[in-house]
Order: sequence, then C-alpha cells, then structure tokens
Amino acid sequence: MRNTKVVSLEEAIRRSGLKDGMTISFHHHFRGGDKVVNLVVAKLAEMGFKDLKLAASSLSDVHAPLIEHIKAGVITGISTSGLRGELANEISHGLMAEPVVFRSHGGRGSAIANGELHIDVAFLGASSCDELGNASGCPRSENAKSICGSLGYALPDAKYADHVVVLTDDLVAYPNYPKSISSCDVESVVVVDSVGDSSKISSGAIRDSKNPRDILLAQQAAQVIINSGYFKDGFSIQTGTGGASLAAVKYIKESMIEKGIKASFALGGITAHMVKLHEEGLIGKLIDVQSFDKVAAESIASDQTHQEVSAVEYASADNPGSAVHALDIVILSALEVDVDFNVNVLVGSDGIIRGAVGGHPDTAEDSALSIIVCPLLRGRIPCVVPKVTTLITPGAGVDVVVTEYGIAVNPRRPEIAERLKEAGLKVVDIHDLAAKATSVIGVPDPLPFGDKVVGIVMDRHGKVLDKIYNIQ
Amino acid sequence: MEVKNAVAGTLESGDIMIQIGPGEGLQVELQSSVAAQFGRQIKSVITETLEGLGISDAYVKATDKGALDCTIRARVTAAAVRATGKDVWK
Repeated sequence: MRNTKVVSLEEAIRRSGLKDGMTISFHHHFRGGDKVVNLVVAKLAEMGFKDLKLAASSLSDVHAPLIEHIKAGVITGISTSGLRGELANEISHGLMAEPVVFRSHGGRGSAIANGELHIDVAFLGASSCDELGNASGCPRSENAKSICGSLGYALPDAKYADHVVVLTDDLVAYPNYPKSISSCDVESVVVVDSVGDSSKISSGAIRDSKNPRDILLAQQAAQVIINSGYFKDGFSIQTGTGGASLAAVKYIKESMIEKGIKASFALGGITAHMVKLHEEGLIGKLIDVQSFDKVAAESIASDQTHQEVSAVEYASADNPGSAVHALDIVILSALEVDVDFNVNVLVGSDGIIRGAVGGHPDTAEDSALSIIVCPLLRGRIPCVVPKVTTLITPGAGVDVVVTEYGIAVNPRRPEIAERLKEAGLKVVDIHDLAAKATSVIGVPDPLPFGDKVVGIVMDRHGKVLDKIYNIQ
Repeated sequence: MEVKNAVAGTLESGDIMIQIGPGEGLQVELQSSVAAQFGRQIKSVITETLEGLGISDAYVKATDKGALDCTIRARVTAAAVRATGKDVWK
C-alpha cells in the first residue's frame, strides 16, 4: 500500500490522536516568514480543540494571531525561546493565566531529549518532502517555493515527539535525499501552499549594520578576539545576532590572512559572512543549527563541509558531545549587562518581552571565551546597569563586555584583562561603565511591575533561573 | 512674555519634538518611549528650561523618542525662541 502518509491537514490532525490538553510543537527556521504556526493553530481552533500547550523553538512578530487563540482558550500554555511584537506585548501585560516558559535552544533540546518537555504532536514545516516523509529545508525541484536550510531546531521534535506531521510546499519524488528528517520518524505529510516566506528569514534580530557605532563596537570586539590568547590556528568561533556581533567577523578576517590563521569551524546560526570566509578557505567547517539567511541556506544545500546539527548536538548542557563544548570564542549581543556580568537578552527596559534567549546562555557557559558587545546607551536606555531586569545568562559564563566607552573584563579572567591591556586596549571596571551611563541619563525610576508571573526563565540545566512579572 | 505656537525637534530616535503654545502656568503633556523610567526627569528638564528662559505661562506637548537631557534642553530652548521671538543666544 502506498501514499498513505500524504493527507490533508485535518486528516493528519485526526490521525495524530491529538486531544485537548496535549502539547504541539513547531520550529522557527522561517523566523519572521513562518506560516506554519498560524495555519495549524487556526485549523485546530476550527476543529474545536481547547487547552493546547504550544512548544515552539521560538515565536516572533508574525505570530500575533495567536492572541485570539489564547483568548478563545485554544492555546493555554506556551514554551519558547523568544517572543516579539504584539504577542509579546500582550503576554507581558498578563494575557495568559499560565506563565510562558522560556528555554535556551540547548535547554529546549535537552528538555525534549530527557522527557521534561514531552511533545504529543509535532508540526514541522519543510521546503521539500517525499511521500514517505523524508524532509529537508533545502529545495529539491524546480517547483520549490521556499528554502530555510538547516532544520536543526526541528530535529529533536522529529526524533522524540509521539507523532510527527511534516508540512511542505514541495512534495517531491522519493527519495528526498539527503534528508534532515527521516521518513521513519514521520507519520503524515501535508502539502500546503506555503510553509514560509524565505525572504523574511533574515528579519527581526539579524541586521547587517551600517551604523557607525556598531562598526566601532565590531572593530573593538575584533581587537579583543585577536589579542585574547585564543586567536590561534585552528580556533573556532560563533557569532550571535545583532549588528555589531555579526560585523566583528569582517574585522578579524584581515588579521587571519595576515597571520596565516585559519578557523577549524564556525558554529550556530550561520550567516552569509561565515559562508564567505568558509568558501575563501579561512573556516574549515560550518556547523549549522539554523541558516540565518538565503546564502547560508543555499550553501548547506550544496556543500558537504557545511553540516546541519540538531539543537541537542549544538548546545545541550547534559550531552558532553554537543558542539558548544568544543567552541573557543563566541561573540554575543545584549539588551542589558549588569555589574556582575549577568546578561538579559529577553525583556526590554520597559519591562516588555522583546527578544529571545536563543543560544546565549549555552554558548556563553561552554565556550572558552565569551564576548558581549553592546552600546553603553540605546537612546536613553542604559545597557550597562546595576542589575539586569531579567536574568538570562549568569555572569559566571561571561568573560568580556565591549562598549564604546571601554572594555570590561570579568574579574574571574584576569589573564585576559592583562592581554588586552598589553595590546593597548581600553580596559575599564564594569562599575565605571554603569556609573558613566547614570551620569548621562540619570537614575531611572523603577518599572511598574505587577505581581502576576507572566514568564519563567529556565536555565539550560532545567532549573528555574528567573521570573518575569506583568508590566502595568 | 507672549508665547505663540512653535515647534522644534523631530520624531527621530534619540530626539524629542517640542510643540509649544499659549497657556496658563506651565503645562507639559509628555508622550515618551521611556516614560515609565524617565517621564518625571524629562518633565522637570522641560519645566526648568522654560523657567530659566523666563517663561511661566505655556502649554507644551512633548513627543520623546529617548532624547538625552542636553537634547531636550536644546529643543525646548529652540521652540521657546521661535514662540517668543526673543533670541536667547545673542
């Protein structure tokens, strides 16, 4: 008997045995262009489901339609890495009875693998899939409508969910190899008009900055890398989102060529910058959990040394085999850093959720050198503060903070401070940076938080790290 | 001092737009992206700047996009000069 897996969305949901109260999951590889979450949840609402728990790898502005489904009781629980836009705003003001659970990408992978986050039915978008369910984020026919490259965040869902539905906008002939998701893990295949708008993948957090301050910060971050003691042949590197951290890569390139230094691998969200360095022979391998733009997605489709990894292989804390354990240098951004080097990348200084945990705590903790790049002030908002609004990455894992007013080194790493001073960089005490910010903007009044918990931040080991209260 | 309607500033990030006009006493209506943390400080900078220029009766509508105090003082002063015709920079 053949072709039994290819069914309508409604039939796939019926076959899955989904019941009220169960957990459904989604990936966010299309980022701001995702169409799967809204499509599936609208269908579930139409079919009369209630009290579902939504476990997304992340959510963004495009998921504002969830607000209505939350109000109607279709969705009563959310776990995610990030929240942005109107959905984040409503949740920050107390939309949901049950707090949103925030996990890092590695933390989510671990929680799925160890059963703490049990997924009943996974709905996973793919740019190509065959009739048996071999799915990929790469296009495989001239009818292809989308491309997202790596499906790294969807792989734990595919492996551990009780039931897996692949949605695709290009059903291709068997075998759709090389595949990311195996047909043996997939119960149903649903053909839809569009799983996502690929042109919107590099939206939201990912910016290629022309802002002169970002460029200054990027150059400073590059100087920190070059003089850190970790800039040696065979080093490995990851950049987070944010203009300055992405741009820093451009400025270490010159030094790599001059000194004959090559990187063994680049990890994490892979961008066009990384692909370019890889193609020029300066980076040996690309280890890609998420393709951050079309160039990266096209590269993973055609290059054997550009490898997809799952969220578990990328950044799991409990799995000693995960790639972050081999990572030398990571450059990350921040909304706020405090005088104890704690970092917040999730809740804005207005108390509203506007970001994502991402791989920030995973890479900061396990890398040999973690560098946070952020301006001292954004408008009137201070980025170096006495205490972060919400704790996402504990200061114990943060080594260096680069601002336009100087570079602060965690006192736990005196050897790095020495190397940077020897290189003539402006090393300052982080308390002086916080004081400088206050001298320019004054002391902010406390935020009007209420007493309802709207979010719980889990650390990457599965323990509660912080709580987010509603903003009034 | 007679105060006519006048404007200074823009709605760009890091700036503040000050619209000033006739009023009784100093009334400041503030819209700000950082109102929760800095609204009190911004209002007092506006009021103090106007008082320093000898203006005690005016209605001010301020639309703030995260401006620093120095920017707020400059925009309020420019709006006041335009509204009163009295050049404070001479």
